[in-house]
Amino acid sequence: MSSGTLYDKVWNFHQVKELPGGSTQLFVGLHLIHEVTSPQAFSALNEKNLEVKFPNLTVATVDHIVPTLNQQRPFNDPLAEEMLSTLERNCKSHGIKFHGIGSNSQGVVHVMAPELGLTQPGMTVACGDSHTSTHGAFGAIAFGIGTSQVRDVLASQSLAMKKLKVRRIWIDGSLQKGVYTKDLILHIIRLLGVKGGVGFAYEFAGPAIERLSMEGRMTICNMAIEGGARCGYINPDETTFEYLKGREFSPKGQEWDKALNWWKSLVSDSEAKFDDEIQLDGSSIEPTVTWGITPGQGISIKEKIPNPEILPKNEQQIAKDACKYMNLEPDQPIEGTPIDVCFIGSCTNGRLSDLQEASKVVKGHRVATGIRAFVVPGSQKVAKEAKRKGIDKIFLTAGFEWREPGCSMCLAMNPDKLEGRQISASSSNRNFKGRQGSANGRTLLMSPAMVAAAAINGKVTDVRKLLQE
Amino acid sequence: MKKEFPKGEINVIRGRSLVIKGDDIDTDRIIPARFLKCVSFSALGEQVFADDRKELAGSHPFDLEQNKGANILVVNDNFGCGSSREHAPQALMRWGIRLIIGESFAEIFFGNCLALGIPCMTATKQEVSKLQNLVNQNPNQIWDFNLQDLSIYNQKESFKLNIEKGAYEMLYSGKWDATSQLLDAEERINNTVKNLPYLNNFT
Ligand code: SF4
Repeated sequence: MSSGTLYDKVWNFHQVKELPGGSTQLFVGLHLIHEVTSPQAFSALNEKNLEVKFPNLTVATVDHIVPTLNQQRPFNDPLAEEMLSTLERNCKSHGIKFHGIGSNSQGVVHVMAPELGLTQPGMTVACGDSHTSTHGAFGAIAFGIGTSQVRDVLASQSLAMKKLKVRRIWIDGSLQKGVYTKDLILHIIRLLGVKGGVGFAYEFAGPAIERLSMEGRMTICNMAIEGGARCGYINPDETTFEYLKGREFSPKGQEWDKALNWWKSLVSDSEAKFDDEIQLDGSSIEPTVTWGITPGQGISIKEKIPNPEILPKNEQQIAKDACKYMNLEPDQPIEGTPIDVCFIGSCTNGRLSDLQEASKVVKGHRVATGIRAFVVPGSQKVAKEAKRKGIDKIFLTAGFEWREPGCSMCLAMNPDKLEGRQISASSSNRNFKGRQGSANGRTLLMSPAMVAAAAINGKVTDVRKLLQE
Repeated sequence: MKKEFPKGEINVIRGRSLVIKGDDIDTDRIIPARFLKCVSFSALGEQVFADDRKELAGSHPFDLEQNKGANILVVNDNFGCGSSREHAPQALMRWGIRLIIGESFAEIFFGNCLALGIPCMTATKQEVSKLQNLVNQNPNQIWDFNLQDLSIYNQKESFKLNIEKGAYEMLYSGKWDATSQLLDAEERINNTVKNLPYLNNFT
């Protein structure tokens, strides 16, 4: 059993009591809600005549269903409009702060909350969305929950949960030029498998992690869940504090100094015990692309699509399914695979530095003929900052579309969808069958810079070739 | 008449029964996936078994006049298998079901029903099939369920039922409701809040 880790320390602070059956009642310090998983929870609450216990600890935004072309109300899709207005009504009647369309702070929930300084070290963060693990980048324990747990958190600011084991993933070295945190996390999921983290929280540590910006750290923790780990976290350090300083909801003045002391005390002890430890060399990682239908089916840009016959027995069937569904031939290089659509955005890679890195690749080039390429900033703040830096112009000049913030084609609950058998190069986090809005659409996951390179060449490309020019 | 949702101790349930025959009836059949994109569970009652009902055009047990108002459902083996969606027990509850008797239940479905205060009681294959026949012969029969006796009976017949001990205790004591269990700890929740630096200006 782990001890002395940040996970253990934060867990202990939030333990309310032991419940029968081995779970713990855990207090939730920050509850984030959005339009898709909250309405049923609110109606369950109303049916039971219950109040929201701590309305000031729940924060709402709208992201999944918002259109990215025209955000005029009412939305064209009546179901989307109904979901948004239900959320507005619920927030109003329960006194919950709502960061809505046109509020300057709206955005994908896992992009906007950190930006506002809402996410802080040492908190427990819960949200009805699997990618809540993102917030672990700040040294918080953050995890996704289901609708009935959303109801429980609204009613009691707590939930029943079993303590996870802790695996430390130590990354030595530093990432090469043209290799990003997306490549690192795709590489880790490839090695450990999509179920490898079930029952674990992942602590990402080591020199390669310490060198990363907060945005890079968020990309890694965001996809911990794709490797099966419900939480992923990184110990807070100067980079974390630097990021938080001066944000709207960050502590100020004397409180800031006291906060720093507490935050520093939460860092995993040097003699902390982990349930499992793994060590990797970050310098040897190459740009990584998924070829299949799970985020674990990734290979480096220099590799060939694996032949299912030579894979371990338990991976053969899913690899055969994947080749068939993706219509990709085993033993062919992934580089050069033609694509139809390019999507840069999502809570994994829709932040300013993601757009900035991609724009460096795009600058001076044009999107290849026949390719539909678009950029969806993760939040209003990202959009505004990108415009201030002229990043939108670089994309527009190159032939990209520049859209309004939202989840967009990450899961296509809004009008942005693949059509038919189209294949996308996407900076999002899931390549499941049908994920991007067409029942037989296909997705290749990669870093935003790699998506940009694919847009320019019309096919999967090693971004390092374009960066050298 | 709109029935109240289960609350408190679940000890006796009285009412008429209806039968759904067949093994391995999954949650997709209980509530088809297209009904999941909704803002509240409240319409689910009408949509329960939607596709099966459409196919049988009025002759499905959930559509038969004689079954209106029934609150006890008798099923066969592995009922509620498939996806873990909470919508399935919600749909049954909103149609009016308060008790399910069958040969066996899928684990997650069983747990989701328990969290709503709906007991899923088991009986042997022979007993279930006998009960199903009796119900179908006389749908107007009123049945009495008693949790403590682990039985369902009428004036003439009685059937022995089973449920695992943990679930029995939760239903019997009224502690099946996860939310109210959490709310029970109100004082300790407030204590936790007092000891969290970030909710107390880091003092
Ligand atoms: S961007 Fe994608 S993964 Fe992230 S919250 Fe939206 S839908 Fe979920």
